Amino acid sequence: MRELVVLSGKGGTGKTTVCGNLAVLASSKVMADCDVDAANLYLLLDPVLKSSSPFYGLKKATINREKCLGCNLCLHLCRYDAIGPGFVVDPVLCEGCTVCYHACPCGAVEMIEHVAGHLFLSDTRYGPLVHARLGIAEDNSGKLVAAVRKEARRLAEEGTKELIITDGPPGIGCPAISCLSGADLVLVVAEPTFSGRHDLERVLELAKHFGCRAAVCINKWDLEPENTRALESLCNRYSVPVVGYLPYDESVMEAVKGGRPVIQECSGPMEEGILALWDELKALLELR
Amino acid sequence: MIIAVASGKGGTGKTTVASSLALVAAEKGEVLFLDCDVEEPNGHIMLKPRWHKKETVRVPVPEINQEKCTLCGRCAEVCAFHALVVLPREVMLFPTMCHGCGGCWHLCPTGAISPGWREIGQVEEGSSGKIGFVQGRLNVGEAISPPLIQAVKERIRPGVLNIIDAPPGTSCPVIRAVKGAGFCLLVTEPTPFGLHDLELAYEMAIRLGVPCGVAVNRSDGDDSSIRQFCHDNSVPLLFQLPQDREVARGYARGIPAVEVRPEWKGHFLALLAFLEKGGYARCAN
Repeated sequence: MRELVVLSGKGGTGKTTVCGNLAVLASSKVMADCDVDAANLYLLLDPVLKSSSPFYGLKKATINREKCLGCNLCLHLCRYDAIGPGFVVDPVLCEGCTVCYHACPCGAVEMIEHVAGHLFLSDTRYGPLVHARLGIAEDNSGKLVAAVRKEARRLAEEGTKELIITDGPPGIGCPAISCLSGADLVLVVAEPTFSGRHDLERVLELAKHFGCRAAVCINKWDLEPENTRALESLCNRYSVPVVGYLPYDESVMEAVKGGRPVIQECSGPMEEGILALWDELKALLELR
Repeated sequence: MIIAVASGKGGTGKTTVASSLALVAAEKGEVLFLDCDVEEPNGHIMLKPRWHKKETVRVPVPEINQEKCTLCGRCAEVCAFHALVVLPREVMLFPTMCHGCGGCWHLCPTGAISPGWREIGQVEEGSSGKIGFVQGRLNVGEAISPPLIQAVKERIRPGVLNIIDAPPGTSCPVIRAVKGAGFCLLVTEPTPFGLHDLELAYEMAIRLGVPCGVAVNRSDGDDSSIRQFCHDNSVPLLFQLPQDREVARGYARGIPAVEVRPEWKGHFLALLAFLEKGGYARCAN
């Protein structure tokens, strides 16, 4: 079994669109949407929800006023300014570090179990999909990403699937790091823009930092061919192959608008580009 | 006045809108642009500031005096983030897991732990014409961005228009960026992705008590789903920017939208007028 993780450094470069297409083309796979802040892959795959389970974040503090003597020690020690007037804890600011809990001389702080999001398991006509939703203003997205990947791995092993396609989160921070560790291949979707080049460099640096094998797909490559060449030379410098070129095509937006993977609607250069990308990925992942 | 530009999702046009807004506003008064997307700051590509100043941002991490340490294990026990592990001969720290809460140094019974510092990124300051510019740049491999976002926000200037380019998502980094803003402009696109993420971003703004309005980017003329959303939630739909290949090409080359399409300035002027009139106060929920 192999795991392909699709990242981009930045949102909006076409990660989810590429994943939706690969989901149509790959035969034996499980899909995982690790953009737990703003999961979108399910919007393309028309899923039927099978199960939902709560995801517990770190416990958060509450202060029992009956036990509290008002010594203010917790206020002084809290580095997140989470304890307000009247010793009321702001759950958005509380990081669950437990400093107040351990330090309180009267045992007035209680750490309360806290549902930070949900993990979903769905069926699609392309195969099973694991996705999640982190509650608004919650932290621990890295941990929820790890939970999604673990569930996808379990499903893939159970069903003896040969591939996990993981739609990654944007950025290079905690959720992206949690997503790429242990992946067989990181596919970076990049755009031929100045910012795209900047973002690509940072995500390639991240992959290198964690010792992950990477490949690049350039989306909208014909928008600015000169920038596409700049992306190619950047990839060269990192010894990372460019394995796909997708054109700027407004019909993509139409397909996405209708909630359908692009490959079912397009022809010409877009279709050829997607098929060629999949062939290259199959070779790199040593899939049949 | 602090205006945050957020979107739930990356790639919807936050930086396009924020940089154009800054350029139009700078024709009328003083503006400070704060790029809080510290994982991938891109505002500088549009506004091309000249840098004046760079400061390192550090977070506290424990420093363990192995001579005083009795390996009692209390520090690892109180660390909710599992950043400390007690080995047979020493206590080991995993610095990227540390949130700097201070539990270990406050609670170590032998006083063997003291706060040290670790660099997580830089805050860079500069200016682009009349626009003041601040950005944070997270070191690659670093997991925790909110302290760096906080450091960028410490540069907010009172009495001028502060424009915050927020990171994507709805979790801790965005919360830190948007919290305390007077108004949040939610940028979206008329697709199911855009609508889905707009709903999340809207909930986030409500949760923070920040009034908000919506701007549609890459409109193809049919924005009925977004319009419906705004109507149902009584959020003002402030303007729509059309899908435009030339603007996309301009973005690719680092040219702001209002320079490619000067006729779009009117949208941003109207937005500024709306903010000046305090129109946003009515949107507070």
